[in-house]
Amino acid sequence: MVKKILKSKTLGGFGLCIAVFIILNVLMMTKVLNSYWRGVAIVCCINIILAVSLNLATGYLGQLTLGHAGFMSVGAYTSAILSIHLGLKTSQSPVIFILCLLAGAIMATLIGLLIGIPILRLRGDYLCIATLAFNEIIRVVFVNLEITNGSKGLIGIPYMTNFLYVYIFMAITIYVVYALVNSRHGRAIISIREDEIASELAGIPVTYYKILAFVVSAFFAGLAGGLYAHYMTIIMPSTFDYNKSVEILVMVVLGGMGSLPGSIIAALLLTLIPELLIQFSQYRMLIYAIVLIAAMILKGSGAGERILSKLPFRKTKRIEVSGNE
Amino acid sequence: MEFINQIINGLSTGSMYALVAIGYTMVYGIAKMINFAHGEIIMVGSYIAYVCLAFYGLPIPAAIIISMALTACLGIVTEKVAYKPLRGKGSLDILITAIGVSYLLQNIFLLLFSSSGRTFPNIIPAGNVNVGGLSATYITVITLVVTFICTGLLLLFINKTKIGKAMRAVSEDRQAAQLMGININTTISLTFAIGSGLGAIAGIIYGCKFSLINPYIGAMLGIKAFIAAVMGGIGSVPGAMAGGLMLGVAESLTISYISSDFSDAVVFGILIFVLLVKPAGLFGKNVREKV
Repeated sequence: MVKKILKSKTLGGFGLCIAVFIILNVLMMTKVLNSYWRGVAIVCCINIILAVSLNLATGYLGQLTLGHAGFMSVGAYTSAILSIHLGLKTSQSPVIFILCLLAGAIMATLIGLLIGIPILRLRGDYLCIATLAFNEIIRVVFVNLEITNGSKGLIGIPYMTNFLYVYIFMAITIYVVYALVNSRHGRAIISIREDEIASELAGIPVTYYKILAFVVSAFFAGLAGGLYAHYMTIIMPSTFDYNKSVEILVMVVLGGMGSLPGSIIAALLLTLIPELLIQFSQYRMLIYAIVLIAAMILKGSGAGERILSKLPFRKTKRIEVSGNE
Repeated sequence: MEFINQIINGLSTGSMYALVAIGYTMVYGIAKMINFAHGEIIMVGSYIAYVCLAFYGLPIPAAIIISMALTACLGIVTEKVAYKPLRGKGSLDILITAIGVSYLLQNIFLLLFSSSGRTFPNIIPAGNVNVGGLSATYITVITLVVTFICTGLLLLFINKTKIGKAMRAVSEDRQAAQLMGININTTISLTFAIGSGLGAIAGIIYGCKFSLINPYIGAMLGIKAFIAAVMGGIGSVPGAMAGGLMLGVAESLTISYISSDFSDAVVFGILIFVLLVKPAGLFGKNVREKV
């Protein structure tokens, strides 16, 4: 019975996903959405991948991490360097492009594993600052490496990312995270968030699942980085500093910890608001900051909760990552 | 000799970090939140001093006092407006709000003063203090002295006065403190005021040291100071002091003996090393988890 409902939900989500894609594609073909808005749509999808994947580590696993942009940069640089050296610009081969993206994602996973094993022992705010530190270390390494062209940035990355690619990868990310969270492994991950000691006593291999969730989250961050690199065609280490990590974390927190639709909506809103405010260019960040504070205070008062709770397939209740116990 | 000079330089930079770190650590101890906007409060402090000195030509002590008073007020106002409604709502929500406040302050000052840097007036004369082969600039010496005086006074205040006792009680157990008749709101406001006031001093020192200020100076200074606070064991004032000094020395030695490009990486690397060896920081108490 439960399986059936789950399946129908998955199917429903799949249908919704295709419907949105068709609508957006028609709008793009009929030039209702011009090339500028197509670019915005691509950035939206990349941000959704980032927010959904961070939600796995922060929302579901309950580990406050501020180094997501670091993994993104690893994916971006790895895939970009590979695709430049493999001559993707001339061949334009989709297979090689996807292989480069995967290589970037796998590299991010490996770095995630390397970082995750020692630092996931830390908790709360300490973990937060340690991941932030790793983020900055990765950035400094990229600034000083020869192959990444330092702080001047890597240029001449082939332009490969189009709306189709990002949309498919976004759908895959959402599906994988959704399926993972709703599986046996996902329940283990959520139980760690609820009570680490109790899960350990119940026989759940806590360290294994912590690292699993962290590494999966790093994988998709790397993927998003690769897509981003092949969309921008130029990447600089400064793009992936802690501000970027904060931006992604804001999406997750604003959307609600452990809520996939929440992350998606928040990622969309927080990407679109600055775009819509573009004519007020100099007041843009000011308004963004005010919106952010107001949204958090409203959310604290429970207004957002009431709206979000009416959304379909929002299962997990609101939780908090507390760092001071 | 060169080595000792570098250490003195490092101690001076480090004591600036320490002043900022004390603000972080006090707020964390009492309000249990990472005040990400603290770096921006320092930036505001240095801009207020700049305006007082360069626009109104006020005497130096007046500029320092005005800057401290106004940033202290700013600290209280941000707490009342942005953090208080979220009190007890989970540290992550407050963290994001604090980030919002930091963006807000940064952008207000970008609009007011534009992103180009302003030259901070020279309030400390250039020149060296020479003692037996060692030499240090005036600003280096003054920074060290000011920091030690401030920390000493703060420790006396926390440990000897009644209000200080209230602060320690709130950081120990907020609810129990409230039951004992301590006014939580006043105590938290006061903590923000003290932290921000010390931040203003750090901002002025920053201005004198680098003689150029822009709206972005708070961000990196804030992160480094926060790292110092975590390294020393967040919540502990002597820890913040030790963490800040260590960080400054490590940075100065890396710049002079390895490479200035890697100084940030070394600083962050030390943080991770300290956390892995002593997860609660150098001076932090290891709280055992209860079931």
